[in-house]
Amino acid sequence: MADIIVGAFQQALNLIASGDPEVYATIYRTIYVSGLGTLISCLWSIPLAVALGLYNFRGKWIIKGIFNALIGIPTVALGLLLFLLWSRQGEFGFLNLMYTLNGMAIGQAILVTPIIVSFTANALGNADAQLRDLAKTLGASGLRTNVTLVRETFWSMILSITSAFNRGFGELGIATIIGGSLAGETRVLTTSIALDLNRGFFDIAMAYGVILMAIVIVLALTVSLIERVKDERGEIRKFILWKGLFGG
Amino acid sequence: MSIHLQLSEIKKCYRSVKALNSVSLEMEGGKIIVLLGVNGAGKSTLVRILSGLENPDSGTIIFNNQNTDAKTLRYISTLVFQKTIMFTMNVYDNLAFGLKIRRIPKEEIARRIPEALQAVRLSGFEKRRAKKLSGGEQQRIALARAFLLDSHILLLDEPTANLDPNSATIIEKAIIGKKSSQRIIVMATHNLNQARRMADEIVHIHDGKIVEVAKPEDFFLNPKNEITRKFINGELDF
Repeated sequence: MADIIVGAFQQALNLIASGDPEVYATIYRTIYVSGLGTLISCLWSIPLAVALGLYNFRGKWIIKGIFNALIGIPTVALGLLLFLLWSRQGEFGFLNLMYTLNGMAIGQAILVTPIIVSFTANALGNADAQLRDLAKTLGASGLRTNVTLVRETFWSMILSITSAFNRGFGELGIATIIGGSLAGETRVLTTSIALDLNRGFFDIAMAYGVILMAIVIVLALTVSLIERVKDERGEIRKFILWKGLFGG
Repeated sequence: MSIHLQLSEIKKCYRSVKALNSVSLEMEGGKIIVLLGVNGAGKSTLVRILSGLENPDSGTIIFNNQNTDAKTLRYISTLVFQKTIMFTMNVYDNLAFGLKIRRIPKEEIARRIPEALQAVRLSGFEKRRAKKLSGGEQQRIALARAFLLDSHILLLDEPTANLDPNSATIIEKAIIGKKSSQRIIVMATHNLNQARRMADEIVHIHDGKIVEVAKPEDFFLNPKNEITRKFINGELDF
């Protein structure tokens, strides 16, 4: 077993070192699909999470419950549903999303929506009630108070977005059904692993797995590192977003 | 002429619990009014109502002869909480938060903050991460943050609870230094010695009701109410 793992690492390094354009293209496509999917999802997930986390309204718990339940939706089930909707005979067949990277990205955007919504809404909801009181007693309006709470839970939000990216990055169902694993076009790391495993190229499948894992780990470590530096230096966040978004 | 705050028949219930039961009280600027009572007596509820964080179920609050609502109270008062809360910012930005909301010019903010830090003996702390400071230092920053707003009503909810004696002394001195005819200082505490040291007037609250209002010397030497006498002697069951 240890030999297989060591061999996989060696093979992964060989694949990267070989300079094979298809290997790099596969890595690029995987990052593109998951990155674009996560970004698209943020467009609706973050406002939805803010609404769920900061405002009270009738039926809120039902909506939160539904999103919590959908976190674990099987990617194959979602892929199949999207296939029915997007295939040529489907309701949205005219969009021509089947077997395209953008179609895969939109599918992943839908897949990761519950993760961003649930994690972010919970972080906002759990923000210290006294933090809200503090902002109010210092004269903040309702909107400013909410902006302050969003700001205070910034890193929880980043964590939920990172988790969403990782979920998309490692999923297989949508990539297979919507993307079709077309060589040189829609093949990504997960579909490459599945394909090479089926073809009996176990070492190459393992190598792709190592690359997949390495990217996920490097991303998670980078986020942790930035957060740590921010904690120690305090000013990193200003360089990133807030000046632009909230003028603060 | 000093400012004036009048509470009339303030009632507040949390479900079936009567937190405040017909509280009436008059306060004027230049004094430190200490709300004294055991835990759960209703001190914090009264402080939260005065800060505008909560509305009373009934009763009126009149500030300088004008009926006042929670929104106005939030504007004219500041509250320092028992549990110190800091934003995830450096000390300077924590202090500047309320001033920015009030659209105070940057230069003015930059001038005022070192003064406020000096008042709580934390000069040079501007760039430190607020959440990394000790409990005592954080509470002093919270106090400086409240001082900077120069509010008419300064509310303090057990500001020295769980602090070391040195920090508590610094905070007490800083609070006393803020006495002014244009400011009412209201401090909730259950610390009898602190009340004796700081109060110009002691308001004893028990079970959501005011049972005695007196100057410290009268309060401690000649309490008129039996509950107050028991409270001072540590004989009160609650």
